[in-house]
This record gives sequence, C-alpha cells and structure tokens, in this order.
Amino acid sequence: MEVNELRVNVWRGGADGRFQQFAVPRRASQTVLDVVTYIQRRLDPTLAYRFACRVGMCGSCAMTVNGAPRWTCRTHVDRVARDGALEIAPLANMPVVRDLVADMREFFDKWAKARGQFTPTRTRADEFAVVKPASRQRMEADAGIECIGCGVCYAACDVVKWNRDYLGPAALNRAWTLANDARDGGQKARLHAVAGDAGCHSCHTTMSCTELCPKKLSPTRSISGLKRATLAIVLRGEDGE
Amino acid sequence: MKPARNHPAYWAFLVHRVSGIALALFLPLHFFVLGRAIDGEAALDGFLRWSHRPAVIAAEWVLITLLAAHLAGGLRLLALEFLPWRDWQKTLAALAAAFALLAGLAFALAR
Repeated sequence: MEVNELRVNVWRGGADGRFQQFAVPRRASQTVLDVVTYIQRRLDPTLAYRFACRVGMCGSCAMTVNGAPRWTCRTHVDRVARDGALEIAPLANMPVVRDLVADMREFFDKWAKARGQFTPTRTRADEFAVVKPASRQRMEADAGIECIGCGVCYAACDVVKWNRDYLGPAALNRAWTLANDARDGGQKARLHAVAGDAGCHSCHTTMSCTELCPKKLSPTRSISGLKRATLAIVLRGEDGE
Repeated sequence: MKPARNHPAYWAFLVHRVSGIALALFLPLHFFVLGRAIDGEAALDGFLRWSHRPAVIAAEWVLITLLAAHLAGGLRLLALEFLPWRDWQKTLAALAAAFALLAGLAFALAR
C-alpha cells in the first residue's frame, strides 16, 4: 500500500455486517465525507451512505469515525486518522439500514415525544410578540437553537444505550429552547413530557453530547435547565394539575 | 476507554460512580468495627492495633481519597444541576479532582 494512501475500514451490511477495507488516496484538506464519496464513486458504487449539503448545515452525514460520532463533511482526515487508518461505521444507538446509513426515525420520534413542536398562541391578526434579545429566556433559547439534528449527541449518549426509552440530548435540547419561547403555549404539557423516567432526570451528566456536538452546543446545559424547571413545578405544587 | 467517552466529564462521572459504590461497600465494614466495641474494649483495641499495619493505612488513604472525590464530585453535580449554567464545567471537575488529591495528601501526611 502506498504511503499517501489511507486504509479505510467501512461497515458493510446491516446490524450483522462486517468491515470491508479500502485504499483511498490521501488528499490535502480531505474530509471523511470526501473519503466515503471516493469509495462510492470510484471503488464500490453499492456503498450506501447519506449526505446532502456538505457544508455542516443539514445534519445528514454523521457517522462513527474511529469510535466517535462525527459530522463527516466538516471532519478533516488529519484530525481523526490514526496511523493512516480510518474506521467508519453507522451512528450508534440507532438501527442500521445498510452500510453507513442509520435509521433515524426513533431519534426524531423522540423529538415529538418531548413536545418539540411549537404551540402557537397568536394568530396572524395579532401583533408580533416582542422578545428582547438580552432577556434571560431569549439567551437560554439562543444557546441551544442552532441544533442541526445530526444525531451525534444521541449516538454518543450512554444513557440512550442503557435506557432505550430515554428521549436523548437532542430532543431535550429542543424542548428546552421551546420552554424558553415566550410565544409558546404548550409549556405545561412539554415539561410533563420531559419529566418522566425517560426524560431529563435520567441524564447522568456524562456530557459526551456536549463534548462531541459539532455545533458546540451543550445539551447538558439544556437538560439541567429542564431539571430545574420541572423541579420548580413540583415545589410550586403545580405537578398534580 | 472508547474515544467517545475519553473526556474529563466522563471520567468525573466514572469516579463519582465507582467511589460511591466503594463507599457503600465500606459502610458495613465500618459498622462491623464499631460493633466490636459492644464485645468489650479489648476486642475493639485488638482490631485497632491490627489496623495500624501499613497495608491497612494504605487502604484507609484510598478510602479517604474516594470519600473526598465523592464529596467534591457530588457538590460539582449539585452546582451543575441547580445553579445557573457555567461553561467551565471541566474546570469544576478539575477542582473536584484537586480537592480529592489534596485531602488524600493531607491524610497521608497526618499519618
């Protein structure tokens, strides 16, 4: 094998699949997605993987790279290759569809379970809601709002592995951004939805989500906010309603 | 350690869990020793003399360090969950580790 080649082990098949090795030419500023695309375009067109924007906006290209979940379009080979080798697998904690494609249905279903939908309180006939950018609530929402739904945090979370019902960092982060939306009318139902055994109080603060989030968000921060908000409801005696 | 887990917050989580389990296992032993006092002064003194062996003192040092780690780690978790968020969570974990090591060192110097 040439020195300027990468040894790339790529997961093939479903859950009971295996790794297949490819040799890929090393390039300057090469991303992991470039490597996967090279394999699919030049070496094996049957390789299944998912991507769309290639610029870190769509959240569709996340995979497990050398043991850690990463967004592959913005992950440079320089940063993650070890001794000229890469191991690329589908995201953990999700069923494998085929090769590098993970089934994200459960991941997004949990957003819905966490009441991640905006519940409007005004009509188009009403005035705009005035939300001050410097208000505490707006700043809390801002801290988590840039999530692209890539599933990296969900794949990195051990609590998801241990408790399959756990809503996961991304869904809880979404719930917290909405909990801080002054225009939203679904707060009580949302906090009730995230307070159960599969909700925010199951988080063990291992913070792998925060460590690996490609957008540098902190789902742990959001989850701790939900913990305080749900506790406040209990202390105020409003949990029985 | 898997690459996804190899970061300070995960280590802090592990130390907190392992120290908690170790302390829970130690408690019955602690009560057993206290219970020896019921059998008379001689029985307790005999055990306490045995506990002055270097290996037992070393085990005591480990215990003190684990206790300090669990205390500081617990305070870190309470701060994380009940106080407004701080972005320097790794610094808090490092402070908790420093407190545990200092407590262990102080015990070692005192013995």
